[in-house]
Amino acid sequence: MTNTATASVDGGHAFDVSTALRNRFDQEYVYQETVDGIPNLWVEPKHLCEVLRFLKNDIENPYELLFDLSAIDERFREHRADQPDSEFTVFYHLISVSGDCDLRLKVALSDQHLHVPTVEHIYPVANWYEREAYDMFGIQFDGHPNLRRILTPPLWEGYPLRKEHPARATEMDPFSMSDKFQDAQQEALKFVPEEWGMKRSAKHTDFMFLNLGPNHPSVHGVFRVALQLDGEVIVQAVPDIGYHHRGQEKMAERQSWHTYIPYTDRIDYLGGVMNNFPYVLNLEKMTGIDVPPRAQVIRVMLSEMFRIASHLLFYGTFAQDVGQMSPVFYMFADRERLFSIIEAITGGRMHPSWFRIGGVCQDLPDGWYEMVTDYCDYMPARMDHYDKMVMENKILQRRTKGIGAYSTAEGLDWGITGPSLRATGHTWDLRKQRPYSSYEQFEFDIPTADNGDCFDRCLVRVEEIRQSLRIIRQCAENMPSGPYKAEHRATTPPSKERTMEHIETLIHHFLNVSWGPVVPPCESATLVEATKGWMSFYSISDGGTMAYRSRVRTPSFPALQQIPFISNGFMVADLIAIIASIDFVMADVDR
Amino acid sequence: MFESINWSYILILPVIMGALGGALVLVWWERRALGFFQDRLGPNRVGWFGILQSVADAIKLITKDDWVPPFGDRVLFVLSPIFVAGAMLMAFVVLPLGPGLIIADSNIAILWVLAMSSLAVYGVLLAGLASNNKYSLLGGLRSAAQMVTYEVFIGLSLLGVVILTGSFSLKDVVDAQKDLWFCVPQCVGLVIFVIAGLAESHRLPFDLPEAEHELTAGFHTEYSGMKFALIMAAEYLSLILISALIVILFFGGWHGFGFLPGVVWFGLKFLLVINFFILLRAAIPRPRYDQLMSLGWKILLPLSLLNLLITGALVLWMQ
Repeated sequence: MTNTATASVDGGHAFDVSTALRNRFDQEYVYQETVDGIPNLWVEPKHLCEVLRFLKNDIENPYELLFDLSAIDERFREHRADQPDSEFTVFYHLISVSGDCDLRLKVALSDQHLHVPTVEHIYPVANWYEREAYDMFGIQFDGHPNLRRILTPPLWEGYPLRKEHPARATEMDPFSMSDKFQDAQQEALKFVPEEWGMKRSAKHTDFMFLNLGPNHPSVHGVFRVALQLDGEVIVQAVPDIGYHHRGQEKMAERQSWHTYIPYTDRIDYLGGVMNNFPYVLNLEKMTGIDVPPRAQVIRVMLSEMFRIASHLLFYGTFAQDVGQMSPVFYMFADRERLFSIIEAITGGRMHPSWFRIGGVCQDLPDGWYEMVTDYCDYMPARMDHYDKMVMENKILQRRTKGIGAYSTAEGLDWGITGPSLRATGHTWDLRKQRPYSSYEQFEFDIPTADNGDCFDRCLVRVEEIRQSLRIIRQCAENMPSGPYKAEHRATTPPSKERTMEHIETLIHHFLNVSWGPVVPPCESATLVEATKGWMSFYSISDGGTMAYRSRVRTPSFPALQQIPFISNGFMVADLIAIIASIDFVMADVDR
Repeated sequence: MFESINWSYILILPVIMGALGGALVLVWWERRALGFFQDRLGPNRVGWFGILQSVADAIKLITKDDWVPPFGDRVLFVLSPIFVAGAMLMAFVVLPLGPGLIIADSNIAILWVLAMSSLAVYGVLLAGLASNNKYSLLGGLRSAAQMVTYEVFIGLSLLGVVILTGSFSLKDVVDAQKDLWFCVPQCVGLVIFVIAGLAESHRLPFDLPEAEHELTAGFHTEYSGMKFALIMAAEYLSLILISALIVILFFGGWHGFGFLPGVVWFGLKFLLVINFFILLRAAIPRPRYDQLMSLGWKILLPLSLLNLLITGALVLWMQ
């Protein structure tokens, strides 16, 4: 596996970073090892801002991207001997794109004083992440411009991701909603412009405030944008999320490692097995499982199929939101063909939950090869057809070119990853840059575009469909033989014959099936190139059958935060094009 | 004003019934045709090939609760759809469907049609205003701007035809095309009229007043039941009207190649034009509101003026 290689590179780098920090600030930082090879440095809250500013601006390979920010409730964690005392830990996952390395800063907080300075002015993307951490853990980010709840309703009581907060409905009183309570909730949801620093009128104009969503034909789910309009021109936009929040991270703390896999399918519900991917890869790192080559290639093949399925849906709805009625129907038909293959292989369609720790659920069925290669033969001509229909259409080009553009640096500032970042000319694709699951053995190109506008975001995805077809064909032509699942106690129960011989084996079988696998105490994060950008699972095991904390970082969340930045000054119709070009799924945003 | 006010009044009922029935069938046919273009079936359950689907829809709409938004202007809200549909129906009075098949052969028929379709704009605008809903308001505003713009050169594009005919009477227009259809000498006028007609009947690609993906349903967001049905009917009436006008003004009306009666020729050409509009709806994305405006003022208006100028000059020169 490539783990060791990455670890050594990062290890050397960690040394550089901690030396640089020590030289600059004349201070020692506690260093913590994790199995993913990402160096962890513990920082004092009072130094946080200057350290981050230094790491972003003044270092040789600056950390341009604040990839993730959240917290850990450490109060009930037993195995943390190598770490400083902390009751709540805020962590900052930084990525240096120029240096190809990661760094995780951690800040220890005591229950009595849950205050950290905001880093929103250094990394704009931190704004929503800090609100989320406040919402989930009650951590105060001092200096934050608008620290209010983001995923839970405004009047929610308690902090859901704290350990004392119940995770199951059976642990709470039955829920009922009185009229009074409902009125109060609705009142609290009302958009008040003054809370966001907006004026109701300017010198020569009165602004109109328009609630776009949460129920609107083109917000792709339950997403609300409050717009301050001057005529039809957007002066300021305030996205409001949380209507699709299901507590994925909380559920991860009450499901066994294995039974959480189906929940991951529902995070980006267009991505299917793509969501299983970072989760199982991460667990394999934590348990040290080597995945057999056949399973690796099957995983790649299925993931690329889901990438195509997701991009096709994006492509169709993109054209539809710009007012082109027909393409979406053709693309749904093509997606349907793909789903019939996925169904033949996995038995499921959108949410097959098909990856397992250490491999996949089943071997490929008879006849899979013909189905897959038929599709690879069929699809390119369709894609050319769609190019003529959609991408070469002059009206569509006029609607989308130059709209909602941002540069690579701005994209990184706002935490944009994946195809939306590659539309600005950036070449990072995790499949090439940090190959996982044998991606390094495939030939494919990384499509990029130059302008980073709506049109380019679509262009990159269209090209990616073609590249995914290439990868799928290579998978089909070169499918390795061998087992589809690793022989490891954490993933495969002992065989029947052996359980009949030894009582210990039988017991082991029983425990493995009833409790599920036990993962040794460790921490690990794994990133994959998901359909909409980089998705990561950061799981912490305390040596149990369930995750102590499982952080899901999804690409759609920061993309929505960026909407005001790229849509101010445009018209309502442009906002629709921008929303369509972002390619998000509300389940992926709210988790 | 109306010269032939005699027996042709008995045509009023069949024409109105025909127009309304035609709108019903057209709704079904459009859905079927779109289904065909888009690789799906469309409504095919009620009646023969689903032809009764519109009847089922109509029954549903009639039996729906008659709801008027309490926050809106009640009187205007109820009147606007009637106004829209009424104005559209009035325009049908002057359409010559075949030789002698015309309710009123007026000498100002073209002006009458334009006036009626302009009146319908008031209905749309008031509907948007009376709903007291922000999306409706935006839709109403858009429709006002769009209609005012396209009114200007929908008229100008027709003046070429009027010059060639020397009359505003639609009957005379058809008669003047006995030898040569106006789609040849007035090809520029035809293109402009088609675009402006699309904008007038606000159909996709120019359905900005009700652009679903932007304004949910635009000016008729608050409408339901029969009032919504009237607005829908008016839209399809307007499509029928524009298609019929295109046939009458540019494709020789009832003139054909002899072996079929004039009405049938008219019907065939009319169906072709209607299907062309349906195909357009399936194929083209929607331009942005300001792009539509600048297309109107910067390209179509000069073009129609130029067309008018050249036609006039040529006619004078030929004399």
